[in-house]
Amino acid sequence: MSGIGRIHSIETFGTVDGPGIRFIVFTQGCPLRCLYCHNPDCRSAHDGKEVSVDYLIDEIKKCKSFIRKGGVTVSGGEPLMQPEFTREIFKRCHELGLHTALDTSGYCAIEVAKPVLEETDLVLLDIKSYIPELYYQVTSVSIEPTLAMAKYLSEIGKPAWIRFVLVPHLTDNEENINQLADFIATLKNIERLEVLPFHKMGEYKWEQLGLPYSLKDTPPATPELVQQAVDIFRDRGIHALGAVGV
Amino acid sequence: MYVEWQGFTEGSWTREINVRDFIQKNYTPYEGSAEFLVAPNARTQQLWQEVLELMKLEREKGVLDVDTKVPTAIAAHDAGYISRELEQIVGLQTDKPLKRAIMPYGGIRVVKAGLEAYGYQLDPQTEEVFTKYRKTHNDGVFDAYTSEMRKARKSGIITGLPDAYGRGRIIGDYRRVALYGVDRLIDDKKTQKESLELDVMDEETIRLREELSEQIRALFELKEMATKYGFDIGRPALTAKEAVQWLYFGYLGAVKEQNGAAMSLGRVSTFLDIYFERDLRNGLTTEIELQELIDHFVMKLRMVRFLRTPDYNALFSGDPTWVTEVIGGMSADGRTLVTKSSYRFLHTLSNLGAAPEPNLTVLWSEHLPENFKQFCAKVSSDTSSIQYENDDLMRPIYGDDYAIACCVSVMRIGKQMQFFGARVNLAKTLLYAINGGKDEKSGDQVAPNFAPITSEYLDYQEVNDRLQQMMAWLAKAYINTLNVIHYMHDKYCYERIEMALHDRDVYRTMACGIAGLSVVTDSLSAIKYAKVKVIRNEQGLAVDYETEGEYPKYGNNDDRVDNMAIDIVARFMNEIRKHPTYRHAVPTQSVLTITSNVVYGKKTGNTPDGRRAGEPFAPGANPMHGRDSCGAIASLSSVAKLPYSDCQDGISNTFSIVPTALGRQESDRTNNLVGLLDGYFHDGGHHINVNALDRNTLLDAMDHPENYPQLTIRVSGYAVNFIKLTREQQLDVIKRTFHERV
Repeated sequence: MSGIGRIHSIETFGTVDGPGIRFIVFTQGCPLRCLYCHNPDCRSAHDGKEVSVDYLIDEIKKCKSFIRKGGVTVSGGEPLMQPEFTREIFKRCHELGLHTALDTSGYCAIEVAKPVLEETDLVLLDIKSYIPELYYQVTSVSIEPTLAMAKYLSEIGKPAWIRFVLVPHLTDNEENINQLADFIATLKNIERLEVLPFHKMGEYKWEQLGLPYSLKDTPPATPELVQQAVDIFRDRGIHALGAVGV
Repeated sequence: MYVEWQGFTEGSWTREINVRDFIQKNYTPYEGSAEFLVAPNARTQQLWQEVLELMKLEREKGVLDVDTKVPTAIAAHDAGYISRELEQIVGLQTDKPLKRAIMPYGGIRVVKAGLEAYGYQLDPQTEEVFTKYRKTHNDGVFDAYTSEMRKARKSGIITGLPDAYGRGRIIGDYRRVALYGVDRLIDDKKTQKESLELDVMDEETIRLREELSEQIRALFELKEMATKYGFDIGRPALTAKEAVQWLYFGYLGAVKEQNGAAMSLGRVSTFLDIYFERDLRNGLTTEIELQELIDHFVMKLRMVRFLRTPDYNALFSGDPTWVTEVIGGMSADGRTLVTKSSYRFLHTLSNLGAAPEPNLTVLWSEHLPENFKQFCAKVSSDTSSIQYENDDLMRPIYGDDYAIACCVSVMRIGKQMQFFGARVNLAKTLLYAINGGKDEKSGDQVAPNFAPITSEYLDYQEVNDRLQQMMAWLAKAYINTLNVIHYMHDKYCYERIEMALHDRDVYRTMACGIAGLSVVTDSLSAIKYAKVKVIRNEQGLAVDYETEGEYPKYGNNDDRVDNMAIDIVARFMNEIRKHPTYRHAVPTQSVLTITSNVVYGKKTGNTPDGRRAGEPFAPGANPMHGRDSCGAIASLSSVAKLPYSDCQDGISNTFSIVPTALGRQESDRTNNLVGLLDGYFHDGGHHINVNALDRNTLLDAMDHPENYPQLTIRVSGYAVNFIKLTREQQLDVIKRTFHERV
């Protein structure tokens, strides 16, 4: 049923997932198992709560004065695990004149994503690494679908922001970043690239869920490290920004 | 035409006292960016350093110095200076900087207590005069108070009443001094007095004639005061510098005469800008000189001091003076009232550092120039020193020349004043409704002996009916008490100079207020949607409550409970409206606690929402700490629903956010703060304080106050120096909901 979906939660004042103030729907369920995931409670497709699109639209309408110049972001979890639900939310948002953003890992068949992308104004594409082995180590899945998605988005000219989480001793090696930057430089639709420094603010959730947190001893990314990464992207003419405080 | 008016466009303002008309005909709206602003010059830096030194000494001693003998008056003290060769704008309340004056007309006991608390003794002769020969406001009030009023005051169900000190919240139109000169104002007042030579001399006319005579006397004293500084303010101001000086003299007269709870400045920046533009046009000045004038003026405003007791300071956190200056807003014809001087005023927060005073209040409109919105948001994020109020909400009612007194009280400048009424404790009122008028802490019968609720579980309908009954009694007792207070204040502590800078006939409001709105709302919601069991003591008094089950809480944009809050303010306002008021003042209501939410909480027992006895209330109209769990927008939306038509004295909301929660890049943070303000005010919100601070900064400031002499935070309707708060208040601020998201 397209009118019903499973979500983890909503946030009425999102400021870091797309332009402006955004209403954010965190969908439940994700195929990736990122080592640094700060929402591990969004992973299982069976947890969370079932809500209708009608309910979400009512909540979104209540915030309309605030998100007029921002919009609505569907994040997760992985929204493309519930493509019909996500498409329906976006379609209804467009009827309200609201901007829509899809926060995805791109781990999804293009054919499945297409109907959602038709109603998507901006894609926030998370590329967790570039070297295939490293990508697999970080996420437990293959990088191929994500790269295919990135190329497809470029082909259809869909505005996108790339997001890359910088984890010391894991994703921060220069080769990894150089190759990612080379790849992104070939894309024609990238408005912004955000280097997000690794932080441990989600660690308590792992503990609550009784999951082992393998990055316990990993330090947060320093501003200098972030700047180095940003410079690598900027050298290729990419509009890269280093985030502070995530 | 005066020579001083050359270069101005004429209008009805040249024929009558009409500052608004002068502004409208002559001001230059500014839609550009902040780029023109300049840093403080060497003279400003040096002078400010001297002031900071004095303030540091003052903080260590509590009070730097006091004149224990001379009862204050407009021209009572000789001229005083900080550093005569540096100061571009002169004038102090006494003959030395930060030296306080005694103001006994409100009440001699408070003066004595204030002096003794800081190790000073009231001069015996002065004491004799004010106990033997000259009655004070405080004496008058207690002569007339009924036993019911005394009981209500003692129990704290009615609290913060201005019955022992100046009521404040009156704004003289200080701009008139600069535009017209005092001689013209005196002539105008004389004409007003002549207009009251009527066939029937009733009480109203007699009182007004006496007041006009006092006003004229005060204007002469104002001239005398300026003469001591070497200025003749009988004539209008000629230059930018004179305009600032003249206007400040007007304000200085007021703070020399009255220790009002709030001594607000009004709306002066755009007025002054007209003089600034004229001097710039004529090549007489530079941006550096103009910024210097504003910096020096604001320094003076930061130095206003009153002698108050430590209790009073504990209640209000430090010694707030509420030198509120409103900035921005729109004209009725659609032009923005933002000028370059709006920027210059806000820029003092950078040039002199953050500070609680003057209480800079931006009148927000969705139509404000985008550049100005961005600038405000940036200054807010940097300093947490600005409050915002909804111009689009107030302008249709009050026009485009109103100001804010104290925190959120609107008044048309020179045409309107209020009788300040502090507030009632509605959370306690709910407990009285349950306990048949007995106080839950003392067991005393304070309100009339209505039947108490005796059931084991609270029934929503029954509680609501009893609450109505109790609010009806409270509104009556409250208005009666305020009538006594303001009758006596007019009689014994009349604001001569402030009222001299008003029209003859002023519109008066009786400004009532409520505290504990979110506690009452959540309590009613718990009773309705969960089960609330009453725990009674041996005397049968309900002293605690057990709540079983979940219930919707105010602050989450949930109509089921938000409508209850709306209902409570409307019901109490309607009860207030039933009673006749002194001088036919029009009753209004505020949802504002200032920082006294801590003290009110201390005096209030356990409440059915689960709040423990003694715990602070949420400030103003805020949701209770930590209960607004659906994010910032849901929280703001709940508050924005409260009806301004039933709370025309203002609805205060204090909003704290961790800077990084506003966005990743500085430009994102600024844009998002602008979006937040646009959204909140679009939805009808009235007021918001914005704090962009980390909790850790505040925790560090508690431990190392010496590192944060200027750390400023917004509380309910005004700003305070964080390190001057009591430890309890600091903890309360830190406990408040900080909106943050990972």
